[in-house]
Amino acid sequence: MLAKRIVPCLDVREGKVVKGVQFRNHEIVGDIVPLAARYAVEGADELVFYDITASAHDRVVDKSWVSRVAEQIDIPFCVAGGIKTIAQAREKLAFGADKISINSPALSNPSLIDRLQDEFGRQCIVIGIDSFYDADSNSYKVKQFTGDEAATKDTQWYTQDWVEEVQKRGCGEIVLNVMNQDGVRQGYDIKQLSMVRAICDVPLIASGGAGTMEHFKRVFTEANVDAALAASVFHKGIIDIQALKRYLISNAIPMRV
Amino acid sequence: MTTAQDTTVIIDTDCANLSSVRYAFERIKANVTVTDNIDAIKAATRVVLPGVGTARSAMLSLNNKALIDTITGLTQPVLGVCLGMQLLTTQSTERGSDTNDCQCLGIIDTAIGELDSQGLPLPHMGWNQITTTAHPLFSGIAPGSYVYFVHSYRAPISQYTIASSQYGEPFSAAIAKDNFMGVQFHPEKSAAIGAQILKNFMKMTSNSLNLQRSEVAQ
Repeated sequence: MLAKRIVPCLDVREGKVVKGVQFRNHEIVGDIVPLAARYAVEGADELVFYDITASAHDRVVDKSWVSRVAEQIDIPFCVAGGIKTIAQAREKLAFGADKISINSPALSNPSLIDRLQDEFGRQCIVIGIDSFYDADSNSYKVKQFTGDEAATKDTQWYTQDWVEEVQKRGCGEIVLNVMNQDGVRQGYDIKQLSMVRAICDVPLIASGGAGTMEHFKRVFTEANVDAALAASVFHKGIIDIQALKRYLISNAIPMRV
Repeated sequence: MTTAQDTTVIIDTDCANLSSVRYAFERIKANVTVTDNIDAIKAATRVVLPGVGTARSAMLSLNNKALIDTITGLTQPVLGVCLGMQLLTTQSTERGSDTNDCQCLGIIDTAIGELDSQGLPLPHMGWNQITTTAHPLFSGIAPGSYVYFVHSYRAPISQYTIASSQYGEPFSAAIAKDNFMGVQFHPEKSAAIGAQILKNFMKMTSNSLNLQRSEVAQ
């Protein structure tokens, strides 16, 4: 049986792993490769590296650490941040990334998804979506350039429409990051994730809000996502991955152990 | 086991996961070379055929490098990984923009078709369990072990199946015929289980495979 995946996310800035609250006030958590290796040993199913400054500051994710991770880590990993061209994507994949995740550049230029899919196949094309609940319009909307608060802006996209659009253009997976929940550890946004799950035919990764083991259980059982991504609960040692997996197995959720 | 002449070649298919496959062999201290040199491939003790992307572009690449006859003529252990496994078969319905099925290497008489996930998300992505046979590639691998898959096309269950998995339908997680074997999953990304499978491959030689086959025949 296909296992549900536990995916620690490492936000990378200046070659270090950082974590902010609601995308702000980033503090350094540690070096990339030792943290990645630790998570692999502890039973992480996959890793995501987001260079959170890349899109906002028009820089491309530094390649050297991608190779170092690929040399030493024996689980899959995805690299995100500022990938705007086929050549940039090819470079990350050639350095050993299994998948590349596109967020802001896809919003600026949606045809990038089609071209990436044509070139590399959709299995390695992940679309990251930063979605927030807009109380004024009582709807979910997509934000762009969230790596830098000053550069962050609203888009014209409703989340549901963008989820449909990126699938039509050929992505292989979607990471839905619910911004209102990020870093505050109040639980995944089950309502929104369930809504997206219903229209998502590719694997769906939930992101934003994990604080307790029960939050993971709920997102798998109630929103039926394929994977749950989290950062601070793992970086700060609030949740141990092995203990989390044992807990989820005891709740009848298939996990790799 | 490893002598001075013992060489393992990873065929340079220009595909994206080439480095990942090389790193995985290096992690188990295997001496591997990435090359598209025909003489080096023919002289190797064992050969790895990696691949991601579409069957059509991979076959085109092998054709451009004049490697097709070289690969089909190999008598040493050959391991196809992911798309590399699919290339060992006769054909694939993964057409891309083409209207015809893609002709593959035709080494193993089975054909690649779309995975019928019965409504589950596609691609089939993540860690799934395999049921193995007594094939030496899976020596020491416990039944139900998890390995990492990413694919939307699959080889059906057939007489060539040496490991199976299930996602909507049962399918071949690995196939083999004579000295050729292929895995649909990514051993290079499958943690300790994947490393064990690569170690098992590294123990194989033309002689060990012949010995195993004659034992099976008896």
